Amino acid sequence: MLANSEAAEPTWVSRVRETAAAIRRRVLEHTIANDGGYLSQACSAGEILSTLYLRTMRLGPSLASPIPPLFSSVPHRGAPTHTGGAFHGVAAPELDRFFLSPAHYALVLYTALIEVGRMAPAGLAQFNKDGSTVEMIGAEHSPGFEMMGGALAQTLSQAAGIALARQRRGDAGRVFVFLSDGELQEGQTWEAFQAMAFYGLDRMVVYVDVNGHQCDGRTDEVMRIEPIEARIESFGCRAVTVDGHDPVAIDAPTRNPVAGPPLVVLCRTDPCRGIPLLESRRPRFHYLRFTSAAEREAFRTFYAASMAKGAR
Amino acid sequence: MIVEILSKVHARGLVDWARDKPQVVVLSADLTGSTEISEFREAYPDRFFSMGIAEQNMVSFAAGLAREGYVPMIHTFAVFIYRQALNQLVSSVAYSNLPVKFFGFLPGITTPGGATHQAIEDVAVLRAIPNMTIFETGDATDVETVLDPVLADPGPVYVRMLRGEVPRLFPRDEPFIPGRSRRLRTGTDLTLLTAGICTEEALRATAVLGARGLSVEHLHVSTHKPFDDPAILEALTKPRFGVITMENHTIVGGLGSAVAELMAERGIPRRLRRIGLRDTFAHGGSRPYLMREYGLDARALVQSVEQMVGRSLEVAESELQAVRIEPVHSLAKAEAL
Repeated sequence: MLANSEAAEPTWVSRVRETAAAIRRRVLEHTIANDGGYLSQACSAGEILSTLYLRTMRLGPSLASPIPPLFSSVPHRGAPTHTGGAFHGVAAPELDRFFLSPAHYALVLYTALIEVGRMAPAGLAQFNKDGSTVEMIGAEHSPGFEMMGGALAQTLSQAAGIALARQRRGDAGRVFVFLSDGELQEGQTWEAFQAMAFYGLDRMVVYVDVNGHQCDGRTDEVMRIEPIEARIESFGCRAVTVDGHDPVAIDAPTRNPVAGPPLVVLCRTDPCRGIPLLESRRPRFHYLRFTSAAEREAFRTFYAASMAKGAR
Repeated sequence: MIVEILSKVHARGLVDWARDKPQVVVLSADLTGSTEISEFREAYPDRFFSMGIAEQNMVSFAAGLAREGYVPMIHTFAVFIYRQALNQLVSSVAYSNLPVKFFGFLPGITTPGGATHQAIEDVAVLRAIPNMTIFETGDATDVETVLDPVLADPGPVYVRMLRGEVPRLFPRDEPFIPGRSRRLRTGTDLTLLTAGICTEEALRATAVLGARGLSVEHLHVSTHKPFDDPAILEALTKPRFGVITMENHTIVGGLGSAVAELMAERGIPRRLRRIGLRDTFAHGGSRPYLMREYGLDARALVQSVEQMVGRSLEVAESELQAVRIEPVHSLAKAEAL
């Protein structure tokens, strides 16, 4: 059944590919059931998140209940703060930390947590339900989140503060940040790169999902961000461009950490990857809502076929 | 009124205070001399972080440090905190109730730097944000002793700071106490609530008012939020004629508004006059010029009192004690701002 080249793949690579496909299937299933969802982000980021969780990052086992707790309260005086960081395990000196910045990727992140065994599938049933922590835009109490990233760009700066604190303590663990390419339009992102380079935060690794699309459409038609690699290098960080759907390429830049400027891995991705039906919606599929019953039916048919294939 | 004038109170105080507090770190956005933290940088270089002219990153970065156990103390001009980095203050710091401490300099019209440098609505903006604590200093004792309450507060704190040459109005051994105003005069005709530099200004007039037979209750308010000082509530219920607030801030959303809210909610049937910037920006000029021009000075207070009591008090200019003239260029300030 497998071609020779695929048969030669290491087990982890196959597992990443399967996990990425499973993330897309589950996000698609959710999108069909809820008549809308952040589907293109699952297409672009499936392999990035799967590679980070399964291969690249060193995280402890989840400390959270597999079914996420219900919302208790916002942080305030006398109220202990519960973050979704528990899904990433204990914060220990030798372990990595992971912060996903674009909080609207929440559906994709929750699904990734499920597919890598850190959250129960039933947890996703709470998505966007009143009184739930599994919110549409991830908040700090949401599974896999520790910060309020919804405004964009702020998570990178906060992670840099955490990285500086860890650098001062001499922690061996790294700080990983997942960024969307749209955030490269935010001034604060460049303030953060500037500070990361200035303080030599060489234990920081930023993965950018360069899918070339944002809410209004194609990024190069909304506000140009290219040449990204040169821009990042000029701010004093190290930039590497990889195929964001190739697990080996995604993992490679961090395999043998070298001392030096903070590393930014630019993952070139396809926001229709794995779900070619999405092509018809180019260039605006930031949030997919079906325009007709027929379109929804087409996605349902595609989903059924992909399930059959995935189960094979 | 003879008051002792001190120079660079915070510069010296912070270094001594922070000596045994390794968790305290200081962040600067290229205003190190201007916010009196050069001495801290020299004393504890490994606890001082230069963040460049990049306030948005600085505020979120501080949140990250706070999450790891540090108590970051951000020092810059107030406008660059709540105008330049408000979303960062809200989403990175205030929501999560993180112990990031904001030291905002140049409150109100205390700078000739003009509208871009004058923080005239900071209390209004920050009072509306949940989890914030807001203090304001009015003299050298406040500046020296606000640090303990800032650190003791488990969440984010914003402090309206004074710098350069600062008068000592309150005894050295009566420290800043959060949530507690200072009673400077007791009376039953009028209640006067002042904050920040307006307290010094009001003191020029209150003795004269007393000499005219008016009995004035004067409180110096230094905690804007939470606004729950029982002494304030009591003082609002007392006066025969009414209540006057005086703030180095727009009258929209600051001390005057907080008092109005309290009076309305408690059903206190007294007249209220709010002295402050009357919903206007100011421009660049000296402090005495701006205080006169925008009606924040002792003379404006006397006029308000006259309107409230319904008679002229025949107060001569010379009776309102000499205004302290601050040189534009002085050793106490890094630049003329």
